[in-house]
Amino acid sequence: MRPQRESRIHERYLRHTKKFPNIWCAGCGIGIVLGAIIRAVDALGLDKDEVAMVSGIGCTGRMPVYVDFNTLHTTHGRALAFATGLKLVRPEMKVIVVMGDGDALAIGGNHFIHAARRNIGLTTIVVNNATYGMTGGQYSPTTPLGAITSTTPYGHIEPPFQIAELARCAGAAFVARSTVYHVEELQEYMTRALQKEGFSLVEAISYCHTTIGRLNQWGTAPEMMRRLKDDSIPLSLAERMSPEERAGKIIRGILADRDDLTEYTRRYYEEVVQRARREMEWIVPKSVLPVRAVRE
Amino acid sequence: MSPVLMQGDEACAEGAIAAGCTFFAGYPITPATEIAEHMARRLPQVGGVFIQMEDEIASIAAVIGAAVGGAKAMTATSGPGFSLMQENIGYAAMAEIPCVIVDVQRLGPSTGRPTSPSQGDVMQARWGTHGDHPIIALAPASVRETFDLTVAAFNFAERYRTPVILLMDEVIGHMREGVELPDPAAIERIERAETLVPPEWYKPYENLPSDVPPLIPFGQGYRYHITGLHHDERGYPTERLDEINPWLERIFRKIQRNLSDILLYEEDGVEGARTLVVAYGVVARAARHAVRMARQRGRKVGLLKLQTLWPFPEEVVEQAARSARRVIVPELNLGQLVLEVERVVGRERVRRVNRADGELIKPSDILAAMA
Repeated sequence: MRPQRESRIHERYLRHTKKFPNIWCAGCGIGIVLGAIIRAVDALGLDKDEVAMVSGIGCTGRMPVYVDFNTLHTTHGRALAFATGLKLVRPEMKVIVVMGDGDALAIGGNHFIHAARRNIGLTTIVVNNATYGMTGGQYSPTTPLGAITSTTPYGHIEPPFQIAELARCAGAAFVARSTVYHVEELQEYMTRALQKEGFSLVEAISYCHTTIGRLNQWGTAPEMMRRLKDDSIPLSLAERMSPEERAGKIIRGILADRDDLTEYTRRYYEEVVQRARREMEWIVPKSVLPVRAVRE
Repeated sequence: MSPVLMQGDEACAEGAIAAGCTFFAGYPITPATEIAEHMARRLPQVGGVFIQMEDEIASIAAVIGAAVGGAKAMTATSGPGFSLMQENIGYAAMAEIPCVIVDVQRLGPSTGRPTSPSQGDVMQARWGTHGDHPIIALAPASVRETFDLTVAAFNFAERYRTPVILLMDEVIGHMREGVELPDPAAIERIERAETLVPPEWYKPYENLPSDVPPLIPFGQGYRYHITGLHHDERGYPTERLDEINPWLERIFRKIQRNLSDILLYEEDGVEGARTLVVAYGVVARAARHAVRMARQRGRKVGLLKLQTLWPFPEEVVEQAARSARRVIVPELNLGQLVLEVERVVGRERVRRVNRADGELIKPSDILAAMA
């Protein structure tokens, strides 16, 4: 028998008023990702008032409206920058940022690498569907070489970004990748990402069957789901394989989990603010300072 | 307080802190960099946040995010950066997020001449972002006025839940003047409005009689949705006309019905004037000098110095120009705010004085237009 709390989870985390049915196509994996996020939040027992979900534009960008958190649906590509401002003034909040691959890596690529470099405490989820789904299937930064999309009718000639590897190189504290077939693994990675104080990234592969899947005859939604199972391998196995054997495989696993970094917001308040206040006290007597309460 | 020698950019930063600003995100750009530099030193001292973002788009985004978290937030830039910020300024207007955007105007277009003054962003401040939206834009003409109008910008932002643009120019930003700043205790500060309703009743975009529903910061138990999509009273996306139209009317009404509060200007001898000079920013200084010289020659000349440029003070200009046979509008551009003046008083009475080569308009240029 399923535990009681699992069976009622949707009632506690999904909004009751005026938003359903959701906008995603039947067979889309974004709902699976959302489910994994909700279960991770629930497993950690986080207070909904203390959770914010920030998104950009696109299919994944529509995720926050359905959940009963503090939700902010921003402009295309800028979710991480909005979230940076929010996190800095509300350091106690868990700020989850959800983006698609186009949102995070193309128009928002600059913010992506800099948020990771700063190691600001944002839990970032990128749903990688390898296309711009909402606008009808144009090529994105993660579209595979050779793929047919509505803007590459003669085949795609650009190599794709590796999202998780990019985040790791940019300095993220926690990086993991899984697929919407591997739901429990996805949920585990999200739980660990939420527990990480610094910048964490979970890449969830969920190829769009409506656009890029159809144009490339990758099969129906269930067939494409099966391919996520067949074409992916755990990191531990990939490490023992030659580059030729690994080619074309989705490598699932935790790519980075660092404890040697200090989270940006903590560093700001504990180092910058403290230093500035010490300097002030040294220059001017305390009584004349118009100093406000510092968020400790 | 005793007088201090201060730059316009510094006065802007100090005005922001006096108004209660606790968040600044920016990106270096001449001639606004000094605002960021001053904030980088000052904000941590008062427990606030300074962050230099990766670009101007990220800066305005972080400012809006911080405002959603409850902070009074500001960014400062110049023309090129202001252009990059436009999409998110529209977001702030759409989602009704209070914030202040400072544009220290420099000569454009494009990279132009970074250390030369300009008033070339007047129309960009009004229509830079896409779609119909209200906006408030203020233009200071001195260092002290920069301090005061920065405070006013924050107060308008909070009172009307709107982005407010402070249109400085290179001269006002870089010029140093001896200024006496007001006693911090005497400065009026408008704080974020609170709600009396419990979370389950709260609607962030409710059509209230005040036309300005309170915006409760994230993390205080009022879980709701903010989006740049057209939205209903709860903030959820909608395509229903009976939800979109009342909202659209309200965001314009909240500005339009409060013009007496928002429209800031100074009149000098406009009553019975045969010639009226309408000026703002650095040009208002030359205009004041020109008006004084003309009066010494026995001319009846009035000066209307506009501090609020947007919403355009139609009735103020109309009234001030009532007795004037000629209305002179000097601007450091090839004619932007003059289009509004012409719309209000009629083209036949208006004479333009323009310069867009990085040099200032001299009092003699304005005097010549009176001849």
